[in-house]
Amino acid sequence: MTTFAETLAQLDEPLSIAGRAFRSRLIAGTGKYRDPDIMVRAIEASGAEMVTVAVRRIDLNRPREEGILYHLDPDRYFILPNTAACYTAEEAVRYARLGRAAGLNDWIKLEVIGERETLLPDVEGLVKAGAELVRDGFTVLAYTNDDLVTALRLEDEGCAAVMPLASPIGSGLGLLNPFTIRLIKSRLSVPIIVDAGVGTASDACVTMEQGVDGILMNTALAEAKDPVRMARAMRLATEAGRLAYLAGRMPRREYAVPSSPEGGMLGPRGERGERGERGERPGEPREGPRS
Amino acid sequence: MSATALEITLNGERREVPEGLSIAGLLAHLGLDERVIVVEHNGEILRRPRYREVTLAAGDVVELVHFVGGG
Repeated sequence: MTTFAETLAQLDEPLSIAGRAFRSRLIAGTGKYRDPDIMVRAIEASGAEMVTVAVRRIDLNRPREEGILYHLDPDRYFILPNTAACYTAEEAVRYARLGRAAGLNDWIKLEVIGERETLLPDVEGLVKAGAELVRDGFTVLAYTNDDLVTALRLEDEGCAAVMPLASPIGSGLGLLNPFTIRLIKSRLSVPIIVDAGVGTASDACVTMEQGVDGILMNTALAEAKDPVRMARAMRLATEAGRLAYLAGRMPRREYAVPSSPEGGMLGPRGERGERGERGERPGEPREGPRS
Repeated sequence: MSATALEITLNGERREVPEGLSIAGLLAHLGLDERVIVVEHNGEILRRPRYREVTLAAGDVVELVHFVGGG
């Protein structure tokens, strides 16, 4: 007999990127938290196994200020360096190589930003940097917009995952175009991780219901009034959306269908004998006395 | 340590360091733990074993980076 634990384990398979399996489909950013302790507790509550980090100069006026690895054990979390705030392919490649030189892994969350107000990607620079980093042996996870053609190019260049946005970075506007996200998911073979834009748990749930493989989020956790509670909510919502997708939703109908049996209803009050069908619907012509 | 100093650009700032200082020496001088740092020297990423071999020269550009919080 199947135990409940076995049933649960069979509900979903791990997220697999470049041959590496993750039980959690939520990837967490580590930026913008009020303090490192809240960040650590929020990431624990999110269930994330992979976390993103940025590469920056050490502040030589405060050389003892701790880097992120002081707070997050790289043996416990898979560290995904990013190229955030890079505006050209060359700059992104330089930051990616610096991240790899830390010696943890050869993965990179590639961002090439095209425009400061929206932080939307420069897709030309993105494809160029992606191709170069793949040639250089990187496992590239590319942050992009929700454009199918760019997503296809990134896959063609050998990116290990394509990460279209739900809405602009840090906007919290949620999933603006479910159609384009489903289209990208349906046409690519590599994992699709929606990166950026989710604001609250329902956004994460609706996003996962589109059938994507995972979500990357940062600001929704860091800027919540209570990041730890929001992280737990996001974990549950990500799982809920994923399972709802796998389960397959019922069809939408523009009329009601009763959930309870229509048969077996009592006869009208005052009914005598065997006259009158049981379970008539209200409004249907009935036999028997009407008094 | 030699008394003469030379000027390098360190993380975008001009800085005087003692002549003959190695990268390893620079990190020790700054009180930095070399295990969590990546060093770029004149545009080239330096592997850790080379920290002791490379000696700073006047006009060198050194970047010291690490991982910080990011999305």
